[in-house]
Amino acid sequence: MASGLTVIFGVSRIVNFAHGSFYMLGAYLAWTLVTSLPRGHLGFWGGVLGAALLVGVIGLVVEMLLLRRIYRAPELFQLLATFGVVLVVQDVALLTWGAQDLLGPRAPGLRGSTEILGLRFPLYELFLIVVGPVVLGLLLLLFHRTRWGTLVRAATQDREMVGALGVNQRMLFTSVFFLGSVLAGLGGALQLPRESVNLHMDLAIITEAFVVVVVGGLGSLSGAALAALLIGELHAFGILVFPKITLVLVFLVMAVVLVVRPHGLRGKPQPAAHGVAAAEPMIGAAPRALKLAGAVGLALAVALPPFLGDYALTVLTEIAICILFAASLHLIMGPGGMASFGHAAYFGLGAYGAALAATWLGVPMLGGMLLAPVLAGIFGVVFGWFCVRLSGVYSAMLTLAFAQIAWSVAFQWVEVTGGDNGILGVWPDAWAAGKLTYYYLALALCLGGTLLLRRVVHAPFGYALRAQRDSALRAEAIGIDAFRIRWWGFTLAAVAAGVAGGLFAYGKGSVFPTYLAIPRSVDALLMVLLGGVQTLTGPIIGAIAYTGLQEQLMRLLEYWRLVLGAVIILLVLFFPQGLAGAARAMWERRHGDA
Amino acid sequence: MATLEVEGIQKSFGGVQAVRGVSFAVEPGEMLALIGPNGAGKSTCFNMLNGQLQPDAGRVRLKGRDITGLKPRQVWRLGVGRTFQVTATFGSMTVRENVQMALLSHHHRLGQLWRPVARMDAAEAEALLARLGMAGQAGRPCGILAYGDLKRVELAIALANQPALLLMDEPTAGMAPQERVSLMALTAEIARERGIAVLFTEHDMDVVFSHADRILVLDRGALIAEGAPQAVRNDPRVREVYLGSGATSGH
Repeated sequence: MASGLTVIFGVSRIVNFAHGSFYMLGAYLAWTLVTSLPRGHLGFWGGVLGAALLVGVIGLVVEMLLLRRIYRAPELFQLLATFGVVLVVQDVALLTWGAQDLLGPRAPGLRGSTEILGLRFPLYELFLIVVGPVVLGLLLLLFHRTRWGTLVRAATQDREMVGALGVNQRMLFTSVFFLGSVLAGLGGALQLPRESVNLHMDLAIITEAFVVVVVGGLGSLSGAALAALLIGELHAFGILVFPKITLVLVFLVMAVVLVVRPHGLRGKPQPAAHGVAAAEPMIGAAPRALKLAGAVGLALAVALPPFLGDYALTVLTEIAICILFAASLHLIMGPGGMASFGHAAYFGLGAYGAALAATWLGVPMLGGMLLAPVLAGIFGVVFGWFCVRLSGVYSAMLTLAFAQIAWSVAFQWVEVTGGDNGILGVWPDAWAAGKLTYYYLALALCLGGTLLLRRVVHAPFGYALRAQRDSALRAEAIGIDAFRIRWWGFTLAAVAAGVAGGLFAYGKGSVFPTYLAIPRSVDALLMVLLGGVQTLTGPIIGAIAYTGLQEQLMRLLEYWRLVLGAVIILLVLFFPQGLAGAARAMWERRHGDA
Repeated sequence: MATLEVEGIQKSFGGVQAVRGVSFAVEPGEMLALIGPNGAGKSTCFNMLNGQLQPDAGRVRLKGRDITGLKPRQVWRLGVGRTFQVTATFGSMTVRENVQMALLSHHHRLGQLWRPVARMDAAEAEALLARLGMAGQAGRPCGILAYGDLKRVELAIALANQPALLLMDEPTAGMAPQERVSLMALTAEIARERGIAVLFTEHDMDVVFSHADRILVLDRGALIAEGAPQAVRNDPRVREVYLGSGATSGH
């Protein structure tokens, strides 16, 4: 599984969320094939292999139809596109196989168990232990002994050069993607006799695979194997020694590895891509038309709500909160030039800060709302110190890891956080209990916060953030401490997300671990990317569009993920600059570039 | 006292000795050129002076103060401006904002969160740009500037912290011949006017012999000649390794 991911990433430099979906599809397809084919060796093994190949073909189609068009796009867009695929696949799987867990048959011939040194081992587990190294060995052979493998390794090091030497890169990428997908499918199919097949396999495995790949070093097969072993051992021993914090343990190891060896155990620094990156656009004062539109929007947001029902007010409150959440992420992604896959951590920490203050300390609402950004900020300082030391994908992975740590603590520390059941009864004080009052409070705080962030972007600090993004060399040469600037930028974003989280907690009246989970981080990413990273208006429009879209789709359609995923994919293909970016380009075209 | 004193700096990469024990000094207001064939160690030498590379051995002193091992941003704070062989500017900002960044950093105002940059140090930035003949371009984005103009912007940025020393790595590379002469003449003028010591590397011998007060010649990591342009031009060893090999010898 991880080897599939690392191969794909190494060559195409596409960060692929959909890999988890391929893994899940492998398991589902294997279930279908194995249960419909005649029983026996042929049925089972044929089914497993068939599933792997089918997944490979699906991967092939996805690559040719979608990814091929966006290899030149920024990494984050590729990520967004693959996440669209994840959503689509989830609903297709739901449509095809239903929501309940499916149990697969045991593998024929490997049903029993055997005793080794007095311990009982299921035969199938032993078989898997053998299969792993065998597949790894085959891959190593493939990469080091065949012409194709040599080309792939060459492309990993320098894509353009390989192209210049007359190699058909497209075919190469497609074949690599096929292989990666087959491996993912095989991984999923082989899990069939071990555990039930369900719809949560994709995100669960992708997190783990990301960890393995990052710990091992991107593009390094042996590194991935080493890391897989390490993480596997940690899981096994962790359960014996610290049963409660195995998740934390795994991610702590990842954090330590990344800080000590920023490129993973066996990885090398990513070679810089050739060619000059397109200059980031400037940030100027908003044009008159935009200011006018903003004023009208604000007037409507203030004037209309008294005439709206409770449901509409709830949605509007949520949108206001999402705007601040998206704007805070935008600060680190746009001007800061850092990607965060785990921004929900600070949103959730804010929510938990408020909820814990309310339930354990009996603090009134305003106190809780004050504690929310404080808690988020403290963790922003601590986590940020690690995250901003690294760059690019590694930094993004580390933010993901920290978010996952925060999530697992919220999930596993049942005594304090209520675990999966969350904390209920976090209601606002009497004066703000009305939906309308609360909406105005949220609007004031969120718009205030968003405008403040906007102000910061125009102030020297925001310029310094952009300076270190534009040219690290020049920034250092004029005395800018990029690490410190990024660190404080990260913290500031965490604080703002904490405010949003605190508001959200009181708005919903409850807090759950899902507030910190990956899907929420992805929500924020989608809002920012949907709106456009390059403009300040982007996250605002993105938050409105995304929340509105999701809300409507969820209400109207059973299979909303399918539609949402398709919309995301289309947006990436046709509006690569996001909605605000596209609007700006259109506006500039019409008014000429005088 | 000399502005910059370099004492026996050395640097190896793997088994290759890129710079082997180079020593020299630059006086205030002096234009000192560092020349040598490709691979002689000019850039390595340069990068050790402002902390981008750490020397394996040797000392670098700025106005008597030991700056060996400091980071580039610390060296800059002590009064060293730097331009790069391949220009490095902030592409998402205007020319004026690029200079403002250096000014703001010099005035320790980068932590400010409230006042818009547009109103800070703008006049000072304009004045610097005017001095370099870039006043008309102040509002243009750096990302779309012609290369020769970018080199001027870099010089303006490098002058923003009122440096005692300017390090210019191939300041005229990629410029048209006419532009080269005028940029270096301007640099020399500013250097003399403000007493700035200038150390520059250059491939264009026209530029070197018409603007340098003194020339250092580097070959395979070691200094082989040092002196006034005329003396260096006539030095047989220099002719052998450099000028004699068919390079453009200018006049």
